[in-house]
Amino acid sequence: MKFLFKSVLIIGVVTLAHTAFAADMTGAGATFPYPIYAKWAEAYKAKTGSNLNYQSIGSSGGIKQIKAKTVDFGATDNPVKFEDLEKDGMVQFPAIIGGVVPIINVDGIKPGDMKIDGPTLADIFQGIITDWSDKRIAIMNPGLKIPAGPITVVTRADGSGTTAIFTDYLAKTSTLFKDAVGSGASVKWPAATTVGGKGNEGVAANVTRVKNSIGYVEYAYAKKNKMTHITLKNQAGNFVAPDDLTFAAAAAGTDWSKIPGMGTFITNAAGANSWPITGASFILLYKNPENKANAAEVIKFFDFGFKDGKKMAEELDYVPMPDSTTDFIRKNVFTKVVTK
Amino acid sequence: MDITQSHSAPTPQALKIAKVQRIQDFLFYVITQFFALSVLIALMGILISLLFNAWPALSTFGPGFFFSLDWDVVKGQFGGLIAIYGTVVTSVIALVIAVPLSFGIALFLTELCPSYLRRPLGTAVELLAAVPSIIYGMFGLFIFAPLFAEYIQPPLAGTLGQIPGFGILFSGAFNGIGILCAGLILAMMILPFIASVMRDVFEIVPPVLKESAYGIGCTTWEVVRNVVLPYTKAGVIGGIMLGLGRALGETMAVTFVIGNAHRLSASLFSPGTSIASTLANEFGEAEAGNHLSSLYALGLALFIITFIVLACAKWMLINMEKKQGLKT
Repeated sequence: MKFLFKSVLIIGVVTLAHTAFAADMTGAGATFPYPIYAKWAEAYKAKTGSNLNYQSIGSSGGIKQIKAKTVDFGATDNPVKFEDLEKDGMVQFPAIIGGVVPIINVDGIKPGDMKIDGPTLADIFQGIITDWSDKRIAIMNPGLKIPAGPITVVTRADGSGTTAIFTDYLAKTSTLFKDAVGSGASVKWPAATTVGGKGNEGVAANVTRVKNSIGYVEYAYAKKNKMTHITLKNQAGNFVAPDDLTFAAAAAGTDWSKIPGMGTFITNAAGANSWPITGASFILLYKNPENKANAAEVIKFFDFGFKDGKKMAEELDYVPMPDSTTDFIRKNVFTKVVTK
Repeated sequence: MDITQSHSAPTPQALKIAKVQRIQDFLFYVITQFFALSVLIALMGILISLLFNAWPALSTFGPGFFFSLDWDVVKGQFGGLIAIYGTVVTSVIALVIAVPLSFGIALFLTELCPSYLRRPLGTAVELLAAVPSIIYGMFGLFIFAPLFAEYIQPPLAGTLGQIPGFGILFSGAFNGIGILCAGLILAMMILPFIASVMRDVFEIVPPVLKESAYGIGCTTWEVVRNVVLPYTKAGVIGGIMLGLGRALGETMAVTFVIGNAHRLSASLFSPGTSIASTLANEFGEAEAGNHLSSLYALGLALFIITFIVLACAKWMLINMEKKQGLKT
């Protein structure tokens, strides 16, 4: 009994000491990069003992939390404008790249079979093209037997960075969509058959269930659930399938260092192999943070992610940031944050 | 205690006890009053904070907010009519289906059921009430909606949908999810509430009243219609209101099956949205400003709708009592 008491005491003291030395970072925001941040956090904790508490509450939530200074960093898929960053005294950098994939549920169509271009996709989501037998779809798919049926459009019901990236792409390829709908984390979808699902899983569930439907989810989600994705025509005029190579190709064509605040969507990117609906997830930090020790730890954490976390990112179907960009971030963004 | 003693002057000891008891009574009064008032304070606090947060939207869009069909986050135009319509219509569908069903259930359980069935059936109804709403939502989306689209919507469109004018309610694509599906799931959710309240109040009808009615040769229906219902109407209406209250505010299950589309459509098959589901979907991601404020305004609308429903129920009860007085 005495021995037991002693050992409990020792364990208690050891854990106390442990937590006292290791920093406890907090972050909140985008749901899309949550799996990779969690994976990095696990590896980082094993290495340094520092713990990351990341709440995946959504991009706008992340911006709200960092503005309220309740977290050490905010995360958003919908980049904050440079002027707003300056106004709030924040810096922003992209941490991970991923893609958004249109998924369909049409009888007899296998993943990657159906080819569609940007303007046609925009017209489908706008409710201008209402049936799978539409000529414009047939022209792009000679030889593919597409059964006729009224299209049900499935979108995100909640505000989402995924929607921001997707609508940014549609607005870039279709002026009609840009004028009538616009782009943003949540838009007013005009198609008469629009059904909204909550979260990626909500959209995926609806597309799986409703025949003749089309929706959009993050790539990792589509891959994990073996959803039927489509092949998209990119800016160079090639039809490409979504995978880490085409996402990386899209990212390679983007020069982040030229963009103030680094905030940009990588949609409709140039390059023969670029997947047109690619996006990065961003991190927000205060230049002069209240908790300097934690901010320093956050920088160390993302530095670790950039350097040692590449393989983990690829395993989870994300694309790590290119080295040139991470060098730029280390030299030009991390240095702006006062950590002492 | 001796009788003569109570007429004489109270002893100091008795006075002391009385004093302590008076203080105890006073304290008890103050504490219970505080508990009762805290409900009022909480209610006022909620109402004031709702009003305060909803004010930017209400002052921007005016009272027209509650009658506008716009809900466009990109353009910053907000109006609550679609969500209010969805909330009211799904709740009405739920009531139309659940009230007769629960009435039948309660009636069977109290008047007609053989005693060996009474217990298992009653427990089953109560267990149904204990199922969390997310389970109903998942059941609705993954199991009910596909069956609904495959086997119920086509015949509905083929029969009721063919009636001129009225038929528009049952037109459109067979998606499964939509206003009607949400109403049906809600009906399933509120049914056990209404049924168990009705059963409980039916059981308190004094047997002698029913027996005398049976004694003069009344049928079961006549007994229910003329004895049980008049005796229990306050409880029955209370049960229905409890169900309606749950239907109006139900969030998770409705979010799953209503379709979450900000569009007003005459057809009950088409997707729509309710106040609670809009709040659940958009609150986390709403930017400060008119969007967030409009969501608060929707919350206020739900508050007002619930208040109106309660007021109507009270008014109905008062009216009934008046009429009853006139009859006898």
